Amino acid sequence: MTTVLNHLRYRPSHEWIEPGKPIAAVGITDHAQAELTDIVFVDLPAIGRQVKAGDPVAVVESVKAASDIYAPVSGEIVGVNEALNGNPGLINTDPFTEGWIFQIAPSNPTEPDTLLDAEAYRAHIA
Amino acid sequence: MTENLQRSPLHQDHLTLGARLVPFAGWEMPVQYSGLMAEHHAVRQTVGVFDISHMGQVIVSGPGAAAFLNHALTNDISRLAPGHGHYTLLLNDHGGVIDDLIAYRTGESEFFLVINAARITEDWAQLTTLHAAAPVDAALVELANLSPACAGLAIQGPKSRAVFATLFGPDATYPEKNTVISCDTPEGLMWLCGTGYTGEDGFEFFMPAPTASDWFQRTVTAVQAEGGLPCGLGARDTLRLEMGYPLNGNDLSPDHTPLQAGLGFFVALNKEHFIGQNALLQEKTAGLTRKLTGFRMTGTAPPPRPHYPVLSAEGQPLGEICSGTLSPTLQYGIGMAYLPPTHTTPGTPLQIEIRGKTYPAEVTKKPFHRPQ
Repeated sequence: MTTVLNHLRYRPSHEWIEPGKPIAAVGITDHAQAELTDIVFVDLPAIGRQVKAGDPVAVVESVKAASDIYAPVSGEIVGVNEALNGNPGLINTDPFTEGWIFQIAPSNPTEPDTLLDAEAYRAHIA
Repeated sequence: MTENLQRSPLHQDHLTLGARLVPFAGWEMPVQYSGLMAEHHAVRQTVGVFDISHMGQVIVSGPGAAAFLNHALTNDISRLAPGHGHYTLLLNDHGGVIDDLIAYRTGESEFFLVINAARITEDWAQLTTLHAAAPVDAALVELANLSPACAGLAIQGPKSRAVFATLFGPDATYPEKNTVISCDTPEGLMWLCGTGYTGEDGFEFFMPAPTASDWFQRTVTAVQAEGGLPCGLGARDTLRLEMGYPLNGNDLSPDHTPLQAGLGFFVALNKEHFIGQNALLQEKTAGLTRKLTGFRMTGTAPPPRPHYPVLSAEGQPLGEICSGTLSPTLQYGIGMAYLPPTHTTPGTPLQIEIRGKTYPAEVTKKPFHRPQ
């Protein structure tokens, strides 16, 4: 069974975000990393980029395919996980902590709360 | 999943093994079971079994069969002794590739052709058209398309012989490289072929579709006992690309000749006559304008993939990638592209454009990897 963490919010396209934070980490879910299989490259976004919810902002690549990662909320990209450049497999081994992809400062601090909660996301991937 | 995809006779076995199925060449086939990387390494280090039931089989027989095939195919089939097979190509009149295939001589006047799944219709049309046009007396040649009735397994990797002994007994004759053994069993004909698409020792095994599930289950058990894995088309693609083997539809098409693809070794240009010969002779005289060229990424970069633009070091567009991947064995990006002769010497710097950014690469010799 794949892990879904209760304190996070989820986009149906399998990104997670920390709610209630001025600077929120974003990554992909355990379910998504299992579907993508061995991740071999991550294209990180530029820091300072203004994005709208739903914009493709990063690319996660397995041997077989390149998959877009979408901004779960609107805001500014304020950090990226440089560790993924040397070790993209962190997304497979630890998708919710070491494998975070970027940090976003949401334009509207309550926008993450409008996303799926853990229960709704579990139903979404069931 | 699209409705009209064909299913392998092993479909249920794949589901039982937890395979992820994808559309490929009109078929619903496993792209992976446990994971592409693990499956790739299994074939390089121990052994893997692939379902190749999507591939097509044609039998050409009769006193005129050799002459007919020498007219239809590029390699010189008269040099093929019974019990042996070789790689060859089916061309159109312009020298473009309809298909690449293996022709096995199963008897003095009987040949077994293994053709690509995506080209069965085109190959059959070309062969029957040539047959009707009768360069040799049509009554002396019989064609049979066995594709729907046949299933196939490929066992590949250094432990293939151990798997063979488990399946057929320690005294059974192993099909050595490029040989074929055909067996008439109570269930129907079977062919054991010393060929593969990975660069490793191994064999391919074609059998009547109703017997396939039983053979597959026994093979998976034997493969697992040697530390190997059932493998999907994902690993099949990375394994073949590490060897620089072309994939029909990616690297071979009617728009390119075998000379451009670097397959001149499999074209007997000076034999009496074959379809596409004039075009190839002209091209050889005029000089090649494009050549299928291997390259490797030289720095940190996303995996190269088909259709990404290939540029010179100065940024001049040269072509696009036909096949590309991250090599699981080498751990860097490799690929092939049709490039002008000015950019085919190993070491020549190139750039690959990926999502609007360019990444450094260089021309490299094929194969990219040499199995031990």
